[in-house]
Formats: sequence, structure tokens, C-alpha cells
Amino acid sequence: MSQTIAAEKKNASFVGILRQYMMLLILAVIIVFFQIVTDGKMLNPMNVSNVIFQNAYVVILACGMLLCILTGGNIDLSVGSVVAVVSACAGTFIISWKWNPYLSMLLCLLISIGIGMFQGFWIAYCRIPPFIMTLVGMLFFRGLTLRILNGMTLAPFPQGLLKFSTGFVFAGDPLGGLLGGADGAKLFGLRNVTCFATGVLLAAAYVAITFVGYSSRKRKGYSVEGFLGLLIRTLIVCAAIIALFYLLAGYRGVPTVLVTLGVILLVYSFLTTNTVMGRHLYALGGNEKAARLSGVKTKRMMFLAYTNMSFLAGVAALVFSARLNSAAPQTGSGFEMDAIAACFIGGASAYGGVGTIGGALVGGLIMGILNNGMSIMGLKTDTQQMIKPLVLLAAVALDVIPKQRVLDPLLDRIRLRKRVNVSA
Amino acid sequence: MLELLSMQSITKEFPGVRALSGVNLAVREGDIHGVVGENGAGKSTLMNILSGIYPYGSYEGRFFFSGEECRFHSIADSERKGIVIIHQELALVPYLSIAENMFLGNEQSSRGVIRWDDTYRKAEEHLRTVGLMENTHTLIKDIGVGKQQLVEIAKALTKNVKLLILDEPTSSLNERDAHKLLDMLLDFKRTRGITSIIISHKLNEIAYVSDRITVLRDGMTIETLEKDKDDITENRIIHGMVGRDMSQRYPSRKPCVRNDVALRASHWNVYHPLFTEKKLVDDVSINVRRGEVVGMYGLIGAGRTELAMSIFGRAYGAHITGELMKDGKPVELTSIPKAIKTGFAYITEDRKQDGLILPFSILRNLTLASMQSVSSHGVIDADLERTGAADTKERLNVKAPNIEQQAGNLSGGNQQKVLLGKWVFAKPDILMLDEPTRGVDVGAKYEIYKIINELAEQGKAILLISSELPEILGMCDRVYVMHEGRLIAEYQTSEATQERIMSDILATEREKSAAETA
Repeated sequence: MSQTIAAEKKNASFVGILRQYMMLLILAVIIVFFQIVTDGKMLNPMNVSNVIFQNAYVVILACGMLLCILTGGNIDLSVGSVVAVVSACAGTFIISWKWNPYLSMLLCLLISIGIGMFQGFWIAYCRIPPFIMTLVGMLFFRGLTLRILNGMTLAPFPQGLLKFSTGFVFAGDPLGGLLGGADGAKLFGLRNVTCFATGVLLAAAYVAITFVGYSSRKRKGYSVEGFLGLLIRTLIVCAAIIALFYLLAGYRGVPTVLVTLGVILLVYSFLTTNTVMGRHLYALGGNEKAARLSGVKTKRMMFLAYTNMSFLAGVAALVFSARLNSAAPQTGSGFEMDAIAACFIGGASAYGGVGTIGGALVGGLIMGILNNGMSIMGLKTDTQQMIKPLVLLAAVALDVIPKQRVLDPLLDRIRLRKRVNVSA
Repeated sequence: MLELLSMQSITKEFPGVRALSGVNLAVREGDIHGVVGENGAGKSTLMNILSGIYPYGSYEGRFFFSGEECRFHSIADSERKGIVIIHQELALVPYLSIAENMFLGNEQSSRGVIRWDDTYRKAEEHLRTVGLMENTHTLIKDIGVGKQQLVEIAKALTKNVKLLILDEPTSSLNERDAHKLLDMLLDFKRTRGITSIIISHKLNEIAYVSDRITVLRDGMTIETLEKDKDDITENRIIHGMVGRDMSQRYPSRKPCVRNDVALRASHWNVYHPLFTEKKLVDDVSINVRRGEVVGMYGLIGAGRTELAMSIFGRAYGAHITGELMKDGKPVELTSIPKAIKTGFAYITEDRKQDGLILPFSILRNLTLASMQSVSSHGVIDADLERTGAADTKERLNVKAPNIEQQAGNLSGGNQQKVLLGKWVFAKPDILMLDEPTRGVDVGAKYEIYKIINELAEQGKAILLISSELPEILGMCDRVYVMHEGRLIAEYQTSEATQERIMSDILATEREKSAAETA
């Protein structure tokens, strides 16, 4: 008896770990699948850069959307329209009015924060359901975009600005130059040694932080996780970082937008896991009344979540319009759905209180790589559009079904039949 | 007498836990059969098997109803046989009328079209049987919990019930309504021959109403006691439940009442947040000293919760007026965070709805109300938080393998301890505990009492709101009695008796009705 319990426990924890990393595993499977069917085009250095350029905005939006979803399964439908309106503002300021691009970008971000505060005010303090308020925002800001742009597309942005979103860091490969002359022999046959070195440095920094933290906690007598598990996890993360930068080094280096994205991911995962604000956000989604009675300023958290969402929509707008090199009336339509899908594929709960930035990133990547891979394969848009939502369904079903135990009665019956057979 | 139900060596396993092992239960026709046991003893599991929630095949053993073997696959199967279960959490739809609720899933219809006249006529009939005089068109949300309970029973009557199972039917009722309900069961037994099984933590009620009592402990049948044959006093039942005598239901406390008044609320008034002309707390003045446990007794609707919550950073109510002093200094608590900072704690009566964040771990629940003590500049010190939480878990003896366990997976008693722990961790000076032992078994109750005593000995001021008079008398130094928003009496516990307090309330009621007729 006790043996079976122990075995079951071990089993359960194994399944738990598997479920936790399920989406990561699926992402890996998808990448390998496309790598094989596209004859290696998937992980071609240029394509890797492309995937990053194409999907940066989705992941940025998903970070903001995750916070909204955490507050209780609330979504923000206005995201696409806010992207459009901010992009239209940027276009007008920089292209039509020829304002200083940097000040204009700052102003655009302030505008997006203003939009967020407006929506957040109605949602948090006047208790307008988020779905309705952001539906209002979605329709209104789309209209406003048309008004600002007069229905026309503004293009192109000045060159200096574009390097922020389509440029590369260390494009000149200063380190490579130092080592082997301007275009001399490159290390490991890489085009951009600096990029690869950056990756190695990042991996080393990760290892250092992890193990310093581990030993200091151990010294102070705090409980620590198993060393082997830690080692394996660190190895996987380092391998992923180095592999990514190796691939990027084979093309033109680190895309600028990857830096923006990296900073946003770091900031928001720190915010959600290590700050009081993050904890309060989860508490609000877990049980609003209990959170309020525990001293969580629930209204303010709601307000901040929606303000932040629009702020990130502003960031995404700048990244996206610079990439397209234009501000168009239909910019950003459907972005909200991409962001929402990324969060849910990444394991966020539709009832709030559950979800991680890492999950949203993985969700965004799964969507992005599906898009990219299917395009390389030459699948038609209609097929692509049908496959993506089915992936969302599959991901959520994988998450929900095991919890609801819908299969249990069936399994019970099978078990019973077995037992009868054995006794007979 | 005939055996209506006979359950034989029922065994049910969940992954990693054996909830029932070889349980036997025999219920005679026309009896009221009590089933008692601590939380986790397996009562609910057994009833879920009986009512078909856990289908045939998911457990071992057999059971017979009216001599036939039962193999239920769903609740519908058991209801067809006349077995109806009424759960602790009522299963009524708030925005449907009483009649619609009574025939939910059993609509009076011909070819899918509802016959409304029949529905309302039959509903009315059954409603009168249970002594409820409400209009059958009234929406469920507009009647109180006590009446909702009666609607559930009336609903069971519409199903031609032979065996009625009631799971904690009186847990949310006041003493008077609870008594009425029990008398009704006795009446059903006499006049209609309805057999019932009643599960309850309130042993005095079980002893009052049952013909036979089966005691479960750790998933096993311990004994079945019979009225008139065995001794069925509360102490005897407790002995069976915990496997030892609990001569002392309330742990003793060193006298520790100090002179300084920690909490003083004067001329406190609170109005309903929506119906702002309705006064819920009417000119109440109370005080609690450091080291003192003060009881707050009253029937449901007396305004006790409203009083405590309005003091706690105006968490409830409108137009709150009155003066609040802490340690002799006037304080203005305009928000909950401010109240917590000032050293107040309010522990809600409904731990699942308003108390705990069920998807959170024990750790995260424990520290939620005092994040500033485990963080600096808004950044959480994970190690500090972990050690603090682990320490609190040990201190309060929360039974769970570690602090990473989800609060939602704990038993009621342990959840209550976590809820209490959250506020112990916040290190308040004044604790307002609202029904801290509701739905908690005897053993866990004792431990909660011990924690309360410890807190008092540390010099905290404690206001204990409870609907159980024995608990108030056993635990408190002093007791306030509230009735319909007003403070009607105050006693030193040494002078108070259950009879005196109840007669105070009844006297106020009489005065009121006299004033109304005059």
C-alpha cells in the first residue's frame, strides 16, 4: 500500500513537471518538425532573425495582456487599435510635421499611457466591465486613427529611427575586427564574432548569478532545490542562449529589437515574480474579495494593469511601424487576438490568477514559429488561419482536461473491467 | 424495524489517499440517522458514493437500498430511487424564482413546454409543508439562507424522497432556525415516514434529533450508538470521534487582561451600502482591553459582521460615523491598508469566499496581508518570506507536507488555521475574529482556541464574533450581545449563562413587537 502511494507520488510529480514544461516541449517539437520539413530553412540564421523581427510585437503585447488576464481573466480588446493610433501619431509627428523623432517617440509613449489611464479609470474606478470598456476603446481608437491619417498611409520614416527596430547591435562586429582585421579570418567561421561573444557572456552571467545565489542561500541555511535539477536547468538555459546567439552570429548580429524585447521580458518577469505589486496582481485574480480584505489595493492594481497594457501597446506600435516603415490605417488589426492567444497557449488561466511571462513568451513563439514555418512550407493563408486557432484549442484543452478529470469515469470503468477479468 | 439502506465494506481510494476503508452503514426505515466524524473522516465521500456522484466501479464494496443492490452512475440514478442529498453549499440558482428552483431538472412539462400553473401550485403545496410562507415567485437571491435551506428541503419533497441526506444543514443558520429545521425533520419522520441521514459538526443537534448515530474516524466505522440503549451525550460522541476523551473543550488561559483599552469604538453607526436608509449598526459603543477576549454574540442579521468590517478600514457599509480609538489615541481608518498598518486585523467568516486565495500556496496566503515585512522597496525577499511562512505554519500546526501546498487542497480546519496564520503573521494589536471555528472539527477547534489564548496572553486585544454560545462562554472574558444593529447587553462571562443571553434577545424581540402593535 505505502509503496503504491510512494510510486504514485513520484509519478504525480513527474507528470507535474512534464505539464509545467509541456509547452516548452511542444515548442521544441514544432521547431524540430519545421526544421526537418523545410530542409533546415527554419533555423537558418537569417530566418531566425526574421522570426524575431516578425514576432517581437506579439511578445511585447502578450506581456501586457498577461497582467490584464491575471487580474481575473480580463482581456484588453483595444490593443490593436491603440497600436494603430500611436503609430498614426508617430507618423504624423515625425513624417508630416517633421518633429524631432526621439521627442516624438517619447510623446507617443506618453499618449499611450494617457489612453491606458483613461480606459483603466473607467474599468477600475467606475466598474465598467473590461470587455465592454476595451471594446469601446477598440472601436473608438480605430476611428480616431482614420481621422488622424485621413485614411491614408504615411511613409517612410527617417533612416535614423529605423535602426531602433530593424537595425542590429554591433552590426560592424567590433570584436571580430579587433581579432582578425576588417574582414579577415572569423572565429568558427562566424560572420559576427561580437554577437557570439555576447551570448557566451550572457550565459556565463546567468551561471554566475544562479550559483552565487544557490551557495549564499545554502550558507544562510535556507532550503534549496536539488543540485542536480539546478544543474540540468542551468545547462538547458545556457545551451538555449548560446545556440540562439550562435545562430544570430551567422547573420548580421543581435537585432536591436531583441534587446528591447529582452529588457521588457526581464523587467516584467521580475515584476510578476519578485515584487509586491506582482504578488498583489496574482492575488487579485485568485480571489478579489480576499485580496481586498488582505489590504491589496484592488482598484489601483486593475488601473495599473490596463494603463500598462496601453503603454506596452505604445512600445509595440513604435517597434511595429518602424519595421513596416509606415503608419497605415489598418495597422494592428487583430493584434489583441494574437496577444491573448499567446497568453492562453502559455498556460494563463482564463479565470485569472495563473500565468507567467515565460509562458506568454513561449506561447508567442509557438504562434510565431507556426506562422513562419507554414509560410516557408508554402501553405496558403487560409490553411494557416485554420491551423493557428486549432493550436490554441489544443493547448487550452491540454491544460484544462486533466484538471477536470473528464476521463476519470471512463478510466474507472476500464479499471473495473480489468479487475473483474483478473478475479474471473 | 426494516433496514432501508445497508452499505457494506465500502472502500474508496483517491490517488495516494484511502478515504474509506471497509465502512459499514445500516439505516433503518423511519429513522433519523446521524453521521459524525472529524473533517476528513470520510463522511462526505460516503454520501457521494451513496448519491451516485462517485459512480459504481470507482469504489469497492456494495450497498443495498430497500433490499435491492444499487449501482448508480449519476445523481439522476439515485434520485430515481428516492435518495436526495442536500449539500452544505446550497445548489440554488439566485436569479430564478423559488418555484423554478424547486422543479429545476424536474420541470412540470408536457412535450418540453413548461406547465406554469402546475409548477406554481405544486411548489406552493410543498412550500407550505416545510412551513415557508414565501411567495413562490420570489427570487432565491431575495430570501435568507435559512429560508433557502427550507426551499432545498421542499425541492427534495417534490422528488418523492424516501431517504433525505442533509450535509451540515444548520451550519449557516442561527440557533432558532436550526431548531425549527430539526423539529421539522422529526415531524417528517412521524407524519410521512421519511428516513433521513444528517451529517453535522454540531453534536448537540445530532444528539437531539437522531435515533442512531454512526461515528466515522479516519475512513473507518468506529461504532453505531443507539438512542435509549447507549449513552449519546456529546462527550460520549466526541470520545468516539477523536478516540480519546476531550474532557476540556476549551483550553484554559492564564488570566491576562490588562488595564489599557486597546480598541474603543464609540457611537458607531453603519448604513447598508446599497439601501442607504437601512441602518445596520445603531449607536454601538464597545471596548476591548489588551489581553482580553471579548465575545460578540447575536443572531444572524444582528450586525456583528457589519460592525467589525466597518471598523476594519470601512471595508463594508456606508455613512459610517462614530469615534474610533486605539490605545487611547483617536484613529481614522479610511482604507483597509491603513487599518492593517495601524495594527488591526479582521478574519472573515467565510474562508473560501473572502478569506483565502485558494489557488495560492500556503506560503503566499500567509504573507499576503503583510508583504511589507518581507520586502523592501516593493521587491520581495523570497528567503525571508519562506522562512517566515514556514515558521508560522509550524506555530499554528497546519497539517500539510510543506508550505508549497495549495490552500484549496487543505481540509477546512487547516484552511482556517492558514487564514488565522495570515493575520498572526501580520502581527496586529487588535484581532477581530468572525466565526473562526465554523465548519471546523472538534480537534482543529481546540487548536484554534489554543492559538486565540496564546494571542491574548501576548497582550493582543481580541473580539470574537460567534453564533455558538458555548464557544463564547468557554472562551471569552466578557461578552456583548447585539440584536438588530443594537447592543442590548454586556456581561462578564462569569455572570452570563446561555439562558440569560437568549432571554435578553427574546425580551428585545417582544418589546419590538409590542411597540409595533401599539
